Amino acid sequence: MTWAQRTTCSVLEQNSVEDELELSAVRHRPEGLEQLEAQTRFSRKELQILYRGFKTECPSGIVNEDTFKDIYSQFFPQGDASTYAHFLFNAFDTDHNGSVSFEDFVMGLSILLRGTVQEKLNWAFNLYDINKDGYITKEEMLDIMKAIYDMMGKCTYPVLKEETPRQHVEVFFQKMDKNKDGVVTIDEFIDCCQNDENIMRSMHLFENVL
Amino acid sequence: MATGVAAWLPFARAAAIGWMPVANCPMPVAPRDNHKRQDELIILNVSGRRFQTWRNTLDRYPDTLLGSSEKDFFYNEETKEYFFDRDPDAFRSILNFYRTGKLHYPRHECISAYDEELTFFGIIPEVIGDCCYEEYKDRKRENLERLQDDQEENKDMKLPKLNFRETIWRAFENPHTSTMALVFYYVTGFFIAISVITNVVETVPCGSTTNQKDMPCGERYTVAFFCIDTACVMIFTVEYLMRLFAAPSRYRFMRSVMSIIDVMAILPYYIGLVMTNNEDVSGAFVTLRVFRVFRIFKFSRHSQGLRILGYTLKSCASELGFLLFSLTMAIIIFATVMFYAEKGSSSSKFTSIPASFWYTIVTMTTLGYGDMVPKTIAGKIFGSICSLSGVLVIALPVPVIVSNFSRIYHQNQRADKRRAQKKARLARIRIVKSGSANAFLQSKRNGLLNELLELTGTEEDEQKLIKSTSLLESQHHHLLHCLEKTTCYPVCSLQAHEFVDEQMYKQNRLETALQNDPSRSPSICSHDSSVGTCCSHRVKRNAALPSVSVPSTHPIPMHQGPLQELRAIHIQCGDLPSHTTSRSNLNLKTDDSGRINCRGAQITTAIICLPTPSALTPDGDGLHGSAGTNIIKVSAL
Repeated sequence: MTWAQRTTCSVLEQNSVEDELELSAVRHRPEGLEQLEAQTRFSRKELQILYRGFKTECPSGIVNEDTFKDIYSQFFPQGDASTYAHFLFNAFDTDHNGSVSFEDFVMGLSILLRGTVQEKLNWAFNLYDINKDGYITKEEMLDIMKAIYDMMGKCTYPVLKEETPRQHVEVFFQKMDKNKDGVVTIDEFIDCCQNDENIMRSMHLFENVL
Repeated sequence: MATGVAAWLPFARAAAIGWMPVANCPMPVAPRDNHKRQDELIILNVSGRRFQTWRNTLDRYPDTLLGSSEKDFFYNEETKEYFFDRDPDAFRSILNFYRTGKLHYPRHECISAYDEELTFFGIIPEVIGDCCYEEYKDRKRENLERLQDDQEENKDMKLPKLNFRETIWRAFENPHTSTMALVFYYVTGFFIAISVITNVVETVPCGSTTNQKDMPCGERYTVAFFCIDTACVMIFTVEYLMRLFAAPSRYRFMRSVMSIIDVMAILPYYIGLVMTNNEDVSGAFVTLRVFRVFRIFKFSRHSQGLRILGYTLKSCASELGFLLFSLTMAIIIFATVMFYAEKGSSSSKFTSIPASFWYTIVTMTTLGYGDMVPKTIAGKIFGSICSLSGVLVIALPVPVIVSNFSRIYHQNQRADKRRAQKKARLARIRIVKSGSANAFLQSKRNGLLNELLELTGTEEDEQKLIKSTSLLESQHHHLLHCLEKTTCYPVCSLQAHEFVDEQMYKQNRLETALQNDPSRSPSICSHDSSVGTCCSHRVKRNAALPSVSVPSTHPIPMHQGPLQELRAIHIQCGDLPSHTTSRSNLNLKTDDSGRINCRGAQITTAIICLPTPSALTPDGDGLHGSAGTNIIKVSAL
């Protein structure tokens, strides 16, 4: 989609989303299969499978944040996944219109599953950067860390302590923040990750998901 | 995990990349999907209607038939589809369960049919969605109640041997069981009526005597009334004592409502006997006589409608309570208002608030006797408001009570109707079943005659008799035949009595004899033999023609008419233990003749008979033949 097309599309979507009374009747039809095939790295068949799953859970064609949280929470029954789902939702909702359409969904998945390491790391940085200002601060990182630990739930052994997320954030910043200015930029992040064996290896972990 | 969500697992796993940069420890290895195959469409052929779905859809519920490897049993290699011989309509909702994760119960489906389908496909009914669960449960409960009713009916019919006490109790509870019970039932009813009528007539003024005072009949014909009263009380006492004796649980019986009514009906008489002519207590004695009116409640044993009414009132207790409560509230309010409104007026009848209660009640129930009327304007206004509201308050709970009564009454009617229908149904089923019983014997006969004719070589007859029985039938008959061979007893006539007379049966078994004449000439002989003889003949018999008929000891249903081989003799009177499907039950008159046959067990009767294809016209002794076939009847020796 060109930038202009995207804006018009998102504007239209926004209009339809802001049609409060008709919220339940909002329908979103995705772009044609060929276009999506061109824009993402999925094959036709994979797109078909993805769409079928998507549409079964969200017949109206778009996911709003509550549904998203619901779905994601079902994978983590032992803890509270809603905070992390919120961050994830923001990461997927690239045009920030409050709902994730199939295009957003597929684009995100394309990066995560078929993208280069650079793109994946970019995506992860985007996830951590809550206010999307290009810097990860300690507070942002702490929020993310707490969200991840919340997903673990209460029944861990040994029991998670209050300061564990904070310590984890300290470790992370020590590793990533090269110039010690209290924030992590995208370049620092990518540099550091590329030098870390574990992280590199784990980036390729989910490639055969589909 | 819900079904559709399973489709989002790839997404959740992909999103896990977001944890990677922050992770401290190395990640575990991802599981490999070795036999990863592309999702394929599978075809489910349900009685000709083809349903297609993705394999993954079905795999969502691996503990059901369609989701597990159990469906491989139904795979049809030629057509490459899964074939199920079930109802396609019901299958729709089952397949939708896989698709949407919600199982719906279609309202037009019969509950037991639907249950069966669920059981077949391995789906527990608890997964039915909220939208349909209540309806499902309601209908299931109704069905269960109906089945229980039917079972209770069956229990009644079984009639095990009861001892004296139980027989009496049954006679009392269910007067239709025997004539004596019915007679007693009507006699008691009659005497209840007499007693009530005497009580009423007693008080009617009966014309004057010499002292020119109108006396009630009771005082005029004291002796007559006393005699009638005594007689009634005698009957009631006897009845009560018999019930008390026969009750399975005396304590529970004495606590039951009917027994209390019985006691109250007869007690005044006895107390009166004890307390006669004592002036001090005669007042109390008179009061006691009032209780004689309770005899009318004894009618509730005789009338089902009365019982239903009582039951309705009991079940509507809450509505009645509400009615009472609201009436009381309204009465108090209006009585207070009327009292203060009428306080000013002189010579007002509204002397106190309790005195005003009477006015309020009479007005609210729209009776309006007119013995108390308001005179002031304020009183009249409030009086009119009172009467208007009275109508409303009374009209509200009444429809609820009425609808309850109607529902219970109709339920009762339906129960009676079902009972009557069941009898007719069972009778018809018996007829049909015994018809198929004949088929077995007939095929044996055919087999016999085939062999016969082979020997004698008459072609035409052979063709007439070789019927084309279906493979299923012939296999079934062969099976029965094998059973006969296994045991030593020939197939027996079912025209004997319904219930096993044990002694008779044993006797018959002892006297069963079977003999094969290797020379293949008809021979008739008889002997009292023990079972041992019978079995010793078994060896010889195996060499004989397979269609030796033996009375079977097992409850093989549906045998009609004795059937014997030319060469064999057998005594035909074993009683089969269960004759519930025997047509002979419908022809009670054959019992005696059957019995006679069996009594003649000492004597061998070798009879060749060919029961007619139509199984509906037995003779007196069940032996008859159709035209064109031979009947050789050899009388008993």
